[in-house]
Amino acid sequence: MKLVFEKSRPGRRAGRVPRPEKLIVPEIPAELRRRTPPRLPELPENEIVRHFTELTTRNFGIDTGFYPLGSCTMKYNPRVNERVAALPGFRDLHPLQDEDASQGALELMHELQDILAEITGLDAVSLQPAAGSQGELTGLMLMRAYFADKGEGDRRRKIVVADTAHGTNPASVTMAGYQLVKVDTDKRGNIDLDDLRAKVDDETAGLMLTNPSTLGLFDEHIEEIARTFHEIGGLLYYDGANLNAVCGLSRPGDMGFDIVHINLHKTFSQPHGGGGPGGGPIAVRRQLERYLPVPAVVKDGKRFRLDYDRPKSIGKVRAFTGPFGVFVRSYAFILAWGRELRTMSEDAVLNANYLLARLKDSYDLPFDRLCMHEFVVAARTLKREHGITALDVAKRLMDYGFHPPTIYFPLIVQEALMIEPTETETKETLDAFADAMVAIAREAAEQPALLKEAPHNRPVQRLDEVKAAKRAVVRYRFEDHPDLTAEPAKSTEVEAPKGV
Amino acid sequence: MTYVCLTDADREAMLETIGVASIDELFRDVPEGVRLDRPLDLGRPLSEQEIVQRLEELAGRNTPAGTETSFLGAGVYDHYVPAIVDAILERGEFLTAYTPYQPELSQGVLQALFEYQTVICELTGMDVSNASGYDGTTVAADACYIAKHATGRTKVVLAESLNPQVRQVVRTYAPGFGLEVVDVPHRDGVTDPEELRAAAEDAACVIFQQPNFFGCLERAPDIAAAASDAGALAVAHVDPISLGVLEAPGEYGCAIAIGEGQAVGNPLSFGGPHFGFIAAREEFTRRMPGRIVGETTDIAGARGYVLTLQTREQHIRREKATSNITTNQTLLALGGLINLCWLGPEGLRELGETCMVLAEHAKERLGLPLVFPEQTTLKEFAIRVGRPAADAIREARKRGIHPGYPLGRDYEGMDDALLVAVTERRTLDDIDDLAEALVE
Repeated sequence: MKLVFEKSRPGRRAGRVPRPEKLIVPEIPAELRRRTPPRLPELPENEIVRHFTELTTRNFGIDTGFYPLGSCTMKYNPRVNERVAALPGFRDLHPLQDEDASQGALELMHELQDILAEITGLDAVSLQPAAGSQGELTGLMLMRAYFADKGEGDRRRKIVVADTAHGTNPASVTMAGYQLVKVDTDKRGNIDLDDLRAKVDDETAGLMLTNPSTLGLFDEHIEEIARTFHEIGGLLYYDGANLNAVCGLSRPGDMGFDIVHINLHKTFSQPHGGGGPGGGPIAVRRQLERYLPVPAVVKDGKRFRLDYDRPKSIGKVRAFTGPFGVFVRSYAFILAWGRELRTMSEDAVLNANYLLARLKDSYDLPFDRLCMHEFVVAARTLKREHGITALDVAKRLMDYGFHPPTIYFPLIVQEALMIEPTETETKETLDAFADAMVAIAREAAEQPALLKEAPHNRPVQRLDEVKAAKRAVVRYRFEDHPDLTAEPAKSTEVEAPKGV
Repeated sequence: MTYVCLTDADREAMLETIGVASIDELFRDVPEGVRLDRPLDLGRPLSEQEIVQRLEELAGRNTPAGTETSFLGAGVYDHYVPAIVDAILERGEFLTAYTPYQPELSQGVLQALFEYQTVICELTGMDVSNASGYDGTTVAADACYIAKHATGRTKVVLAESLNPQVRQVVRTYAPGFGLEVVDVPHRDGVTDPEELRAAAEDAACVIFQQPNFFGCLERAPDIAAAASDAGALAVAHVDPISLGVLEAPGEYGCAIAIGEGQAVGNPLSFGGPHFGFIAAREEFTRRMPGRIVGETTDIAGARGYVLTLQTREQHIRREKATSNITTNQTLLALGGLINLCWLGPEGLRELGETCMVLAEHAKERLGLPLVFPEQTTLKEFAIRVGRPAADAIREARKRGIHPGYPLGRDYEGMDDALLVAVTERRTLDDIDDLAEALVE
């Protein structure tokens, strides 16, 4: 398919801009004036619509089909959430509008803060972080501020992270200026307590943990882990990527965590938009509230306002008060469930366990336990016996009309396939997916070429990622392409008439 | 509940396949002591109709642009968003997709992001753009991280005329990055390149804004030269709307260009979600934060697109990654791309000119003293209203006009100063109304 630049012809255009008559365009100093116009595409409006519509046909979303991407919680994104986010009172509201003229927005945020505090079992919430990874970084900044205030900032330099952690955890540790200490996983898929005890000392600031972990397993020793850190005065950070497993069932605050981020684009249904936006609010225990980003959304009597007067605050981590449109969608989603949110997590866990039960005879099972909202199986046997990898299985799933699971993660499981069905799938869909996975395992033995050559019916076949990284062509190279000002060559193919 | 997909019969059958007697048994690994023994303290589940009603009620307590004639800007602007932006972004194949980890199922988003990166490079005069950052503040912190590692220096210099929120975010990130932050004051609304040259000694980078927070045009080429002379990377924070009429940062010696993309294709939405952009010269390609899409071929030789240079990224490099970014702002960035395609080069230039014409007209029509009378401005300018700006705002709002942003919130000695933004959505009549509201 052509790039939009390859469809461009000089002199064509779509949008018209109002041009006030009789007014003269002021002079811009010559050295600041644009000399060469940017090579933006020049197309009529219908061609732009067709271009992007064609692109959508080459893409797969939850609306297209089952999308069991582990740790990403690809659940249905209710359309009503789009409708309410587009209400003019939200969509067209300027973030610097006076407080008396944005009371509805502030009330919504305040209420969402209270809801997230209740769900996480913690005391105070900041909605500001733009995504989960920014929530992590913000949480680590809170730790820094907290220990600096206690005079322990110079001593506590280490953050403990499990070897199953999302890559964002160690990356955030570095960006926050901390040193990473990795802790192993034991044979049951829990944190190895002996390893942990050996690595926690008075230089430790805290722990970052996902629970259930990226193996989809709830850490059976979570109380002991929390004690280990609290005894040395450390703090526990909860990566909320897997919160969909435990809403209304077990709260991070009750598990002993002091700081939690919540991925609104996972658990609370903000559509992920092909990569974003997201939302990564953080909830904290009372003793950390004073360090939260400014401004805080507070309630005085019946009035809501933004409080900037927080001398101990770490500052701002993004503009304004956070991704408000995401708050509207997540708030609407939570209203639909209300106090029954527990059913959401129960069904998510049931769906995952059902799939696990259906797949465990066809794939390797690194940890033979009941899972939470997701689970990890592996293609180790398929690889050893038939040369079929997790990647091959993933590509073949596309032929069956499914988005593949997360693969090659967590890193501690070879040939991992990490599967998260979410609660918004019917049993029929789960059965169809399980049937496909079982069929693929059989094909691996009988017709391995079918898997190696998959996918068979996508716009492109397997792409050369090594070449992409080596060449690093990351923008259209106008100079490498033929002169687009010329008329396109006429097609020579002749088709028979197919209409009236 | 609205979004339940299983029936009780399904649940029974599934539990039997699993081999457990009840849903509760699925949670047997969760220690008793950490279970919640009561229902969540939330309201009853609402029907879709009730949800809409509740949200309409909340939205009704806000005063959006449209019900009030707004001259508020200060970083987020009321520009027109063409209908095709919404029409395309609402398509589920884009809206409900995750990050394009599986390229054969994601050529739509990947190609669109490749086009987005190209458009950002074209606007800024740079060689490489990522697939978006969170917003116009966090990309400044990203630029500092690149500069620190590229230069080995541990100081960053910020122009005081740079958006205060951008400066605050850099200051929040700086301690973790091991960076010291130094401000260079503005002189009569703009940065003095000579003063900046002195501050840039030993600095990793210098960040300035063009047009700056006051709406004034900086002597950007001189600033970039001063930074480069001192061995610091020049980083320009730019408004995409301005880049049809103002020179691209890459053309006057900047190493990195960053900015807030909201003005193209994103609604105000009370401050987000919007998108930040970051683009750089080729030498910084492998230091860029976040996702980057690259061109390649499939096994049959057909052109296609993939997430590339991933060895920079957290899921592979972990603690050695160039950033922790995972989720970005793809959908909003695509809104920007579609809006820019709709405008084209002519439209973008005309848009910049229209804003400038209207803003210049507003200055004259208002007849109020300019805070920085010597400076050239684009779509935003600062005036003195002869009384506390908060009073002027309150009075004007009674007439249905929001006259602008009170600069005294961020700058000393500006309690009577208003920052007025004029986009193409404001008419000559709106400007007359503003004049009446402020001058009377």
